This record gives sequence, structure tokens and C-alpha cells, in this order.
Amino acid sequence: MSTEQQTIDPLTPVLSADWGEKRSWTRAVYETGGGYDALRRALRDMTPEQVLTEVKESGLRGRGGAGFPTGMKWGFIPQENPNPKYLVVNADESEPGTCKDTPLMMASPHLLVEGVILAAYAINAHHAFIYVRGEILHVVRRLQQAVAEAYEAGYLGADILGSGYDLEIVVHAGAGAYICGEETALLDSLEGRRGQPRLRPPFPAVAGLYASPTVINNVESIASVPGIVRHGAEWFASMGTEKSKGYVLYSLSGHVREPGQFEAPLGITLRELIDMAGGIREGHELKFWTPGGSSTPILTAEHLDVPLDYEAVGAAGSMLGTRALQVFDETTSVVRAVLRWTEFYKHESCGKCTPCREGTWWLVQTLKRLEAGQGEEGDIEKLVDLCDNILGRSFCALGDGATSPITSAIQHFREEFEAGMHTPAWELFPYRASTVFAPEVTPA
Amino acid sequence: MTQQSTGTPPISAEVRAELVEIGARYPQARSGLLPMLHLVQSVQGRVTAEGIEACAEVLGLSTAEVSGVATFYTMYKRRPVGDYHVGVCTNTLCAVMGGDEIFERLKDHLDVGNDETTEHVDGLKDITLEHVECNAACDYAPVVMVNWEFMDHQTPESAVQLVDDLRQGNEVRSTRGPRICTFRQAERVLAGFPDGLADEGPSAGIPSLNGLQLAQLNGWGPPPGRAGSDADRAEAVADQGRAAAQATAEDGQEGAVATEASPAGTKHEDAPGTGGEAK
Repeated sequence: MSTEQQTIDPLTPVLSADWGEKRSWTRAVYETGGGYDALRRALRDMTPEQVLTEVKESGLRGRGGAGFPTGMKWGFIPQENPNPKYLVVNADESEPGTCKDTPLMMASPHLLVEGVILAAYAINAHHAFIYVRGEILHVVRRLQQAVAEAYEAGYLGADILGSGYDLEIVVHAGAGAYICGEETALLDSLEGRRGQPRLRPPFPAVAGLYASPTVINNVESIASVPGIVRHGAEWFASMGTEKSKGYVLYSLSGHVREPGQFEAPLGITLRELIDMAGGIREGHELKFWTPGGSSTPILTAEHLDVPLDYEAVGAAGSMLGTRALQVFDETTSVVRAVLRWTEFYKHESCGKCTPCREGTWWLVQTLKRLEAGQGEEGDIEKLVDLCDNILGRSFCALGDGATSPITSAIQHFREEFEAGMHTPAWELFPYRASTVFAPEVTPA
Repeated sequence: MTQQSTGTPPISAEVRAELVEIGARYPQARSGLLPMLHLVQSVQGRVTAEGIEACAEVLGLSTAEVSGVATFYTMYKRRPVGDYHVGVCTNTLCAVMGGDEIFERLKDHLDVGNDETTEHVDGLKDITLEHVECNAACDYAPVVMVNWEFMDHQTPESAVQLVDDLRQGNEVRSTRGPRICTFRQAERVLAGFPDGLADEGPSAGIPSLNGLQLAQLNGWGPPPGRAGSDADRAEAVADQGRAAAQATAEDGQEGAVATEASPAGTKHEDAPGTGGEAK
């Protein structure tokens, strides 16, 4: 195959290719479309090292937010370490705005299961865990059934497809804690403890689950692996931009006409995506948006043409994160939105470190005053100062993330915070106007 | 096993055996503690002192250690949960799209505050109302969860109807899942004991398919791959899906979402890469 001068389509459904099919969650339908071919090929023709190399060369980067190269992460596993190696899938999708792994696991759980087997094979793990948040019951059911079906077909258990390779998968339901999406907190939780982050180093690759070498990958990262093994690193890398390769799910929510999932090569812009989603809702215009969940600094209409890849969004002052594009129109109060996110971080702070535990509490107090139009002189400076003392001084990224919406909102919409000294946000922005059941606005 | 939907039946020998069984799924039994606590809730409707003791005994931990874990996670309840746990998403996106108004309306309608249960009335089911954080369905906002099943695209009116139906014991189906079971039955699934309902509901709701359908209408897809293109894959699956759809044509509810996929006009020029295994 040749990839030179190839034109790549605006949308490239691979992960989502089967979602429209009836009973797409079953092994039968998954296999009709070539499911588990990559597994057969890998176990027949490839060594674990070759699978790892293929993923490395594809340029796949972590889809859970940080964008760390997946193959490199796998390569950090010290194979000479005598302890068992573990693979843990982070299916604790909880970052506000993020809603991609859930439909993927609901519609195509076998894609994830096949990816788990390939990834576990590549790092010589014989035990893998899918840590799925407990609040998505039907996804838990579909995963349980897919894993059971994979055992029945001989894709899991002892001597998989006669290759001599053994693997067990456990589907593990969490119990409601955003912090468990942080990989070391997830490990503590999976060990039956409170989900609090661990000091690094040692990194999980060296001392992870049960102090053994462990790889933790996001659902979408792992689900990207069967395509890479099946079609090759070059094929995968033919999509995307120079340093951000491949296809990803972009999730549009909020004030667009047709919110939803759009699977595209990395580098598409919000302008293109909003267009695909039918535009901003009738009679309104874009005010602000998050590129990758609430922990990524908000952007505005001036950033509509930023290519949504790791580098360009970073250069624009934010982060690509989970490509959770929450779109808000001009009816939305920025102060209200930011307060609500901050209340979330306060609620979800695990309490381990002081800057995050105490800082998010103070942030909420201050923002509440501003929402109610009872802000005090110096409140904006106080918010900035608090953020300054949380960012980079917290134990994990939760604290850092909590400051992102605040500092970026003050940067772009300072006047709304100033208005919070005298006028309640709900007077400036009547909340009903933002809802889906608000009376239609006819364009002027 | 049979389950009571209310009351506090004891942690029986049978339940203890299941707690042990959960621990045995893991290289180290303590990893089973979260599912074990879900199992306790499936039996008793909350995490009781008895449940904590049982888990501690099975795992050789102190009750303080187990309590420390149980109190960390929001899904574990110290007060009895009703037959139905109704969670209204009030994180920013859903709140702005109407979640706040839905939550206010339900508090008023059910005459309860956050994390409270309706006063028991004979002949009616009990509902515990809570506002929840982002539940990973933002493209279906505003979202309400019932026993952690999706109820997508709610309005204050539809939410009132929803809780009225639940209270009356009328059949309620998740918009992307099965008929709503009780809170305790749901907790049993989370403990790792499947209820056989995985095949209920559609593959995906409409928002999940918006990008896919746009791609199909325009004939967009990934470049051809070496082991048969993904276009072939999509078409092969579509054929299979169509056959299955025909076989159960009368089953309207499930097919509704899937039938729009793979329109006949979908065109791909991709050559099927039959050979080309070598790289």
C-alpha cells in the first residue's frame, strides 16, 4: 500500500465503524467485520516485541488526555523484572464533557477486548483489568458479556488460539470517584483502597499494581490497537498531523444542533466539527468552549480554526485533553459555568494534599459570591492567587485541572467576573435561555 | 438468588460465599473490596455495619479499613436507598442545558432534598434523589440516571413523568438499555454477577451515530488497509446487520436506531487489499 499524496477523508470511522449495526456488541457481528483478525495475525505471525514495535511506529499517543506515546509506555515495562506484568484499562471516564469511551464500550466492547489481548501480549502480561466506572451499568453488562464471549471463543484463558499465550481479563466496576481516573489513584482503588494518587517515582511501569510492572491505558488508546495491528503502523500514521497521528473520537456537546461523536483524523478544527454538527443552535453564536474537558483551559471563537491536535491546542494556550468539546453560546454565564466545574473539583478532591483540598473550597466560596452578584473588591485577584498556589503545588493533576477553567475564564471574560461585584449572573444571563427547552430564538 | 427490594435481610452464608468468590477473581483478594461492597448494597440497599464486618472478615482487614474505603466512594450509601436511585446530572454542561431546572423540579415534586428518599407510602415505590456529576453522556444532555441506566434528553416534564412512573411501578425503559431494574439488582451486576440483560437496548443512541452517518452519507472513511479495508468491514457488517434487522423486523424498539446506518449510497473506491500481508 502507498500513502504518498493520499487524500484523507474528513471523517474516518474506525473505532465507531460498527456502532450503527444491530447487535454490534456481540462477537458474531464483530467478527463478521473482521474482528479478532488482528489477534489471529499477531499470535500467528508476530512476537510480542513486533506488536510493540508496530504500535510504537504508528505514533499512537494516549487518548485519555495526556497524549503520552503508547508504545513508549509499553516499552518502559522492565521485562527482566521477575514480578508478573499487568495491563489495566482506564475505563473510568469521568472528566466533565468526556463521553467517548462510554459509547465505544456500549457498542463495540469486543474492539476493546481484542485491544486488551494484543496490548497484554505485547507487554507479556497474563492478567488484565478493565476498571470501568460503576455509574454506567449497561456498559458494565456489555463488557461482562464480551469478556465471557471471548473466553468461550478461546480468545482468553489458557493457550489462546493454540499459541501458548495465556491471559485472564477481569471487568472491575468502580464506585464513583473522579480521582480514580488518575492512574495511580486507580491502582490504589483496584487494590481495594481509597482512590488516592501515589507519589511518583516509582512509576507504574516499574511498581504499579501489587508493586509490579503495570501499564495503564485509556479505553480509546487500547481500542486503537487492533486497527494498527491489522492494517499497519504506516496506515495509522497516514491519518492525522505530523506529531499527532491517527483517528480519534471528537465529542461535541452543548449548544450545537446535532451533538454527538465524530471520528476524524487528529487536526480537524472546531469550525469544521460545528459545521458537521449542524452549526450552533438556531439564532445563537459561539461564546466559549473546552477542547478536552473541564480541566483544559477554555477557548473562544477566535480559536475556531486551531487544528485540534496535541501541538496546536497547546500552542493556543490549552490542551487537547480528551477532545471533549463542550460548546456554549452567548446565553451562558461564564461565572456560573466555572463555579459549577469548581464545585465538581471540590467534591472530587481526594483530600490527600492541602492545596487542592483547601484551595478548591476557597475557590468555590469566592466564585459563589461572584455568581450571586455579591463579589468583593479583590475577589478576582484572590481567585488568581489561589490558582497560583494550587497549580503545580498539588499532589496530582486534579488540582492543576481545577485552576484551568478559572484562570482561562478570567483571561477571556474578566468583565463578567467584575460584573459579579454587583449583579447576579442569573440576571445578566437568565439561565432558562441556555436550556434545551428554552423558547426558540428566531434569527434577526 | 432472590432479592428483596426493601428491608435489611442479613448477610447470609450464601452472600458470604459470594464475597469470597469475588475476592478469588483477583491475584490479591483485597482487590475485590469495591465489588464486595456493591454486593453488600445489592443485599441490604446500603453499606451496613454488618456488611462492613463481613467484608473485613473475608479479607482479614479491620472494620476501620473497610469503612475508610466505603466512605470514600459516592456510590456507597450509608442510608437506605429506595427502589430507584434517580441521579440528575448537574455538572456544568447538563446544568446549563437544563439539568438544574430538572433537579429543582424533581426536588419539589418528590418533596425531598438532595440525597434524600421519598417518604414511604404503601403501594408506591421509593425514590432516592441525588444530583450527580458528569456521567459521560454529554451529547445526550440533559441526562438523568435511574439506577445508573441512561435516561437521555430529559426535560422537567419528562423527568416528572419518569419519577411518577417509577413510583407507580410502571414499566420504564432506559433510552439506551433494558427495562429499569431495582437499585439492588443493579448493584448485583456491579458486583460482577451478570443479569443476562446485556442484549437489551440499542447499539448506540442517535448522537453517538451522528458522525458515522455523516461519513456514510458522504462516502468518507479511513484509507484502505492491508487486510481488507475498513470500508469492506463496514459493508460486511452492514449486510450482516441488515439480515439481522430483517429477521427481527417486528422488534421496532431496538432496530430504530440502527436502521439509519449504512445507507445504500455509501461508496468507497478502496480496493480490497486481499494480499499485501508483507509490509
